[in-house]
Amino acid sequence: MRSLLLAGTALLTLTSGAAHAQMSNDVIRIGVLNDRSGIYADLAGEGSAIAARMAAEEFGGKVAGAPIEIVVADHQNKADIAASKAREWVDTGNVDVIADVPNSAAALAVQGITRDKKRIFLMSGPGATALTGAQCSPYGFHWAYDNYAMAAGTGRALYEQGKKNWYFVTADYAFGQSLEEETTKMVNKLGGKIVGSVRHPLGSADFSSFLLQAQGSKADVIGFANAGADATNAVKQAAEFGITQSGQSLAGLLLFITDIHALGLPAAQGLMFTEGFYWNLDDQTRDWSKKFEAKAGKKPTMVQAGVYSAVRHYLKAVDAAKTDDPDKVAAKMRELPVEDMFAKKGKVAANGRMFHDMYLVRVKAPGQSKGPWDYYDVVKTIPAETAFLDPALSGCPLVK
Amino acid sequence: MTAASQATAAASLRGPDAGTARTALLFAVGLTIAALAPFALYPVFVMKVLCFALFACAFNLLIGFAGLLSFGHAAFFGGAAYVTAHAVKVWGLPPELGLLLGTAAAALLGLLFGAIAIRRQGIYFAMITLALSQMVFFMALQLKFTGGEDGIQGVPRGVLFGVFDLTQPLTMYYAVLTVFVFGFAVIWRAVHSPFGQVLKAIRENEPRAISLGYRTERYKLLAFVLSASLAGLAGGTKALVFQLASLTDVQWQMSGEVVLMTLLGGMGTLVGPVVGAGLVVTLESYLAATSLPVPVVIGAIFVVCVLLFRRGIVGEILARLPGRKG
Amino acid sequence: MFDLLGVPPQVLFGQLLLGLINGSFYALLSLGLAVIFGMLNVINFAHGALYMVGAFVAWLLLNYLGLGYWWALFLAPTVVGLVGMVLEKTMLSRLYKLDHLYGLLLTFGLALILEGAFRHQYGVSGQPYPIPDLLKGGQNLGFMFLPNYRGWVVAASLIVCFGTWFAIERTRLGAYLRAATENPVLVQAFGINVPVMVSLTYAFGVALAGLAGVLAAPIYQVSPLMGSNLIIIVFAVVVIGGMGSILGAILTGLGLGLMEGLTKVFYPEASNIVVFVVMAIVLLIKPAGLFGRER
Repeated sequence: MRSLLLAGTALLTLTSGAAHAQMSNDVIRIGVLNDRSGIYADLAGEGSAIAARMAAEEFGGKVAGAPIEIVVADHQNKADIAASKAREWVDTGNVDVIADVPNSAAALAVQGITRDKKRIFLMSGPGATALTGAQCSPYGFHWAYDNYAMAAGTGRALYEQGKKNWYFVTADYAFGQSLEEETTKMVNKLGGKIVGSVRHPLGSADFSSFLLQAQGSKADVIGFANAGADATNAVKQAAEFGITQSGQSLAGLLLFITDIHALGLPAAQGLMFTEGFYWNLDDQTRDWSKKFEAKAGKKPTMVQAGVYSAVRHYLKAVDAAKTDDPDKVAAKMRELPVEDMFAKKGKVAANGRMFHDMYLVRVKAPGQSKGPWDYYDVVKTIPAETAFLDPALSGCPLVK
Repeated sequence: MTAASQATAAASLRGPDAGTARTALLFAVGLTIAALAPFALYPVFVMKVLCFALFACAFNLLIGFAGLLSFGHAAFFGGAAYVTAHAVKVWGLPPELGLLLGTAAAALLGLLFGAIAIRRQGIYFAMITLALSQMVFFMALQLKFTGGEDGIQGVPRGVLFGVFDLTQPLTMYYAVLTVFVFGFAVIWRAVHSPFGQVLKAIRENEPRAISLGYRTERYKLLAFVLSASLAGLAGGTKALVFQLASLTDVQWQMSGEVVLMTLLGGMGTLVGPVVGAGLVVTLESYLAATSLPVPVVIGAIFVVCVLLFRRGIVGEILARLPGRKG
Repeated sequence: MFDLLGVPPQVLFGQLLLGLINGSFYALLSLGLAVIFGMLNVINFAHGALYMVGAFVAWLLLNYLGLGYWWALFLAPTVVGLVGMVLEKTMLSRLYKLDHLYGLLLTFGLALILEGAFRHQYGVSGQPYPIPDLLKGGQNLGFMFLPNYRGWVVAASLIVCFGTWFAIERTRLGAYLRAATENPVLVQAFGINVPVMVSLTYAFGVALAGLAGVLAAPIYQVSPLMGSNLIIIVFAVVVIGGMGSILGAILTGLGLGLMEGLTKVFYPEASNIVVFVVMAIVLLIKPAGLFGRER
């Protein structure tokens, strides 16, 4: 009897100990590190922080007995600022998780730090496939999209519509080249043809010259392997030069809903590209996006929705593992299915890639749109299995 | 040209240095603070300040003491960062050799830039250095080894001289501090040598310096190369501290930033750039966590500085100290 | 048909025409810079930011007052000119006696503030601005499709550029201006209010940037960052042309537009850098620029 009681007390102290002692400190601190003033501020920025807070609120601001805290910082699109902020957060700020980090250079730097220091890294903003390839990390999770998904998805979907010949207008930067390369591989594999490409410097204001070269190529599709202001300027000027009227299709390889919002439907109509998320998919997404809009003043991008989903999944894993020990949480994150408004039946692969459905969308004509942010027709759902690169081919050493 | 006439030229520009003892004391205090800083502040942050401080000091050597505004110093800073990072990461060289190579590369670039730009004056000098640095930026983008906009990531810090393990934060810190003190000492020595006096003479009145028999172009070129090398040393060190070299370091905005630091701290004062660098880096990192738009605040400081405190913080303090005239 | 390095002549012709269109933007912007430098000895780093402000004013007029393109074409440069005049009176005028360097640094700071403020307020994705109805559509020139709007841009900026040149080089007012640049004290003694003239010159110079902004609005996204890359190129244009030379700025602007157009065909990656290569070469051969005099 006495021994039983003792054992009982011991068990009790053990379990209660597990609830507390296994938390590295008494708080789960999530650092949202992104661009808050530069070119990615609209597609990530404060919106990502809002999304992270919404995820925390769903847990009542507490997980496994520890309060959840969100801190934010602006990396100003500089890899060194991102690196020093991440280090500082980990070394002195007791930050358990770093989230978002658009800009591949910044994300690669943070990936290195979180790998060394064993912290969970939830990437929603960056696109580089290396993050789940050669540069993958046991603690790094790549959530919303990547260059492969954007490029290959669009390449395949357009091929299936009979558009087989491509011409690329590519930003002369690593991400532009990787977008072009991924699309090329997919188009060639299917039997299509690349008839040419032109590389433009990042931040070109005038695209007419490149567009004219693209038009002269007589390709079925002109693919814009660029992003941000370059992509919007290129699309806008394509409309000006009447490229679409002459029968060529335009495909964006890295566009976000904020880009379409900035362009306006008259210039963007007919444009096709791959998206990881659209607010108007179903009741769940509409519901969440409405709440988001009330706080942020605009609909969420896939990056922001991805931050929500990733943070939520992380918290779920902490809750299930009853600890914030990074190794255990990372294992739980890979084990649990991702089930929320962003990802239905999503799952995390060994290389850290979160597999979820992607969507091929076509931008509506001004007449079809019922109001602000009603921008897309979802042409096709790209199933998770084919949307992303097979982990076995990713080159990530974690995949056995 | 005899030593005597050089000394006279020097003396005519500036009186004998009365406050040597005070200066020595100041440096001792500064060094002590720097040595203790990592215990009070976050070491990586202080290292960043030191790297930028050295960069700004190197830049100041040109603008403050030779009167040359270079708008292309990012090329040396970033170029050296790339070379050091590549040498250490890909060739597996120890950090001291990596730094040496980075500095040498910056010196070479400096020689090239200098040879082209040095005959031009004022705004033309600024513009030609800008043009050349844009070409370096273009190369950084095009060459394979730089990794495009991803930069060179995951640079190992390595073991300095085979003894000091730089992966230890404190060891790294003292290594950076040593580099900084070395660079600062070089600048101090250069400024307080006959060479430095000739530079000041050129800044004040170049035709006169020429008529005194100085081959001013050689002096300016030497100053330029020295400044470029030290900027390179700062860039290489930064690459080791952050374990990365990226396009940010070679962009023209970086050249603008170093102008800001120098102007803010005080052009032509030795300590000014250090103060300016510290202030700008602190501001950037502090503002990063607030909702204030960083460029607006920095721009406003810039404007106020140009309008009201043209001598910069240290310059204003020096001008108000008794016994010193601007 | 003969090909030039594998490029059919009609393509080349099209590219040259596009180059000319870009060149006319450069000409308009560098003209403003040159006017300001010639008169005030200030390197106006805020020029790109004020170009952006011009485009934004057009956008704001359209969205908040419902005033369209043709109104903006006159109102936006006026607003930018007034802003410029305030900046000149309150800040720049204190720096004339100092080194050029300080004017450059001050306007650099102003550019940071303007861009940062607009970025903070309107985000970075940019805002759409429609092409005015009158200029929609385009002409098929046989070798290429030329949007009407682009044709209008070339015509408008060439008229403004050469009009300005004429006004400065061939009229009485221009003579005063040039005289005041040479010897302000003497001109003042003749009873001409030089400070006001200086203010007006700065206002006019930046108004040209504002005008360029309005012209650019329907082609590019109206974005806070639209001026920040351009300014460096326009600087190079002014330096190549010779600081302060009006005709130099115009001709170099057009010429570099053409050069850039050709680069976009043969080595597109370098199209942002070709201007700097030209600049380095020109300064080595003619230190004061193509049309400038060494001071």
